[in-house]
Amino acid sequence: MNARRIGALTGLGVLLALPFVTPAYFLHLLIQILLWGFIYTAWSTMGRFGLVSLGHGAFMGVGAYVPALLWNYYDVTPWLGIPLGIVLSALLGLIIGYPCFRLKVVGHYFALVTLALGQVVLLSIVAARDITGGSLGMTPRSIGHSWYALQFPEKGYFYAIALLVWLGGLLVWRWIDRGIGREALEAISDDEEAAAAVGIDVTREKLRVTVISAALTALGGALFGQYLMYLNPESVSGIGVSLQIVFAAIAGGMYAMLGPTVGALLTIALTEGLRVWFGANFVGAANAIYGILLILFVVFMPRGILGWFEMARRPRAGPAPAE
Amino acid sequence: MDMFLLEAAINGLLLAGVLALLTLGLNLIFGVIDVVWIAYADLVMCGMYAVYWLFAVYGWPLPLAFAVSVLGVAALGMMVHVLIIAPILSSAPINQLLATGGLLYFLQSFATLLFTTDFRNIGVRLPIIEIGGIYISYSRLLAFGVALVGATALYLFLKRTYIGTAIRAIAQDREIIGLMGVDQRRIYLVTSAIGGALAGLGACLLALQYDVHPFIGNTFGPLIFMICVLGGLGNMIGGFVAAFIISQIIAIGGYYFSTELSYVLAFMLFIVLMFIRPQGIVGR
Repeated sequence: MNARRIGALTGLGVLLALPFVTPAYFLHLLIQILLWGFIYTAWSTMGRFGLVSLGHGAFMGVGAYVPALLWNYYDVTPWLGIPLGIVLSALLGLIIGYPCFRLKVVGHYFALVTLALGQVVLLSIVAARDITGGSLGMTPRSIGHSWYALQFPEKGYFYAIALLVWLGGLLVWRWIDRGIGREALEAISDDEEAAAAVGIDVTREKLRVTVISAALTALGGALFGQYLMYLNPESVSGIGVSLQIVFAAIAGGMYAMLGPTVGALLTIALTEGLRVWFGANFVGAANAIYGILLILFVVFMPRGILGWFEMARRPRAGPAPAE
Repeated sequence: MDMFLLEAAINGLLLAGVLALLTLGLNLIFGVIDVVWIAYADLVMCGMYAVYWLFAVYGWPLPLAFAVSVLGVAALGMMVHVLIIAPILSSAPINQLLATGGLLYFLQSFATLLFTTDFRNIGVRLPIIEIGGIYISYSRLLAFGVALVGATALYLFLKRTYIGTAIRAIAQDREIIGLMGVDQRRIYLVTSAIGGALAGLGACLLALQYDVHPFIGNTFGPLIFMICVLGGLGNMIGGFVAAFIISQIIAIGGYYFSTELSYVLAFMLFIVLMFIRPQGIVGR
């Protein structure tokens, strides 16, 4: 345990020191890894309990577009816009989650409902092209370095924000992992009827993680918008994004705290590595390899990389995977 | 009655034919093998590329290109089953869904890699028919006709042949069927091939109407799923009915609002119907 704490502190120290020694390009990659790691962690808070959402792009889209639209049209600071986006996204999670859980829409039916939700948000953004710019995307009005507008051309600031948010995400994950709700949710994902019979409020437990997951994902989407200063419906809410979230979380391992982050590290290292090796005319190679890996992971390693290492270390520790 | 509205409704009806055909394929696979092929629409994309290359690039005659594409996608369907589904047949349904999600990712990216994101058209321009002031494209009419013929052929195959009977039996009770001397693995393989062939046929009909690009599956893939679930997964007649309802919503919604909003409407209807009638609109 002590060795673990020392390891964590050393890791944190390295992460804090990195922006002072790495070139801007690597800092850009690190920010992406941390932000995606945060979003994948957010997905895992519900995914690990068998609530597989194929529509997290919906929450990302709401989180990203609400503050950007408010900023561009009403000069509302993202400090208000982002919380509003988070609240709306959580509300969306609630509106979809409540009937789903109440009426026992589970497994692949749940996945298909969330897939449809992602499409609804994606197509709504495209349809409102007069204000969102449609498929062409939109750019938040830039005013240079500003805390008020949460815009920093200097990457170091966003690195600090991303690091903070990522750590926050890990804390939420841990809080759920250590809480009483975890036992309840694992019982639910094993056997919903039995869990309800012993007095677990199935709908409430599921709603709790869904709303948390939706809210965190919205925050991640908002920060991506602020960082990249460009929003595109396909790249925040498309099926590709939603599936990428699922894949990376599973590849890294959604049953371990750092698993989703490992997934982010893996996917971004893969994309960038292939891009550097093969050049830009080899687009698609990275995603094609992702696809194959996803299949292989589901077939051979459903617990993900970190989960697999943990299983190898302690062969019979912990309950079987929630599936 | 408004002429343009009528035209929209008729076009919706014709679109429904192809969608119904694809729904049949997906439903067959779900009903028999009990897996959801999320990448089904991307098999259609592969078929459309096959038609494009064989016909427009290599200059094969169109019927031959069509036939080879259908057979090719049927073979692809069998490969999907053998390589991806068979190893995880007994794991949780959601894992199977994710594995085919990986396939979707792979096919789209691989197509981007091979063919770039250019929109490609096979360049067949079929005439447009005018009936009393209503314009109907011949390719849509043809697609509708072929889709109906395909559906009927499938129906006859399932009703009249030994394998068809075995397929229907397995969809009803997969526990007992082994005792009746039916080889499950063979039935699964045949079903996957038929599912693939239907995707290939759909691809031929869609290639006449739309440009092919690596992400075309995303435009109608979710739609087919929705129709499938609305009709009740595994319920073929339900799928057929749902295809017509959804196409009408899209065609008429597109006439009154915009294409995107009509899709939004259709997806929202799907979500709501999942809550009130998860067994599908014509389910028991």
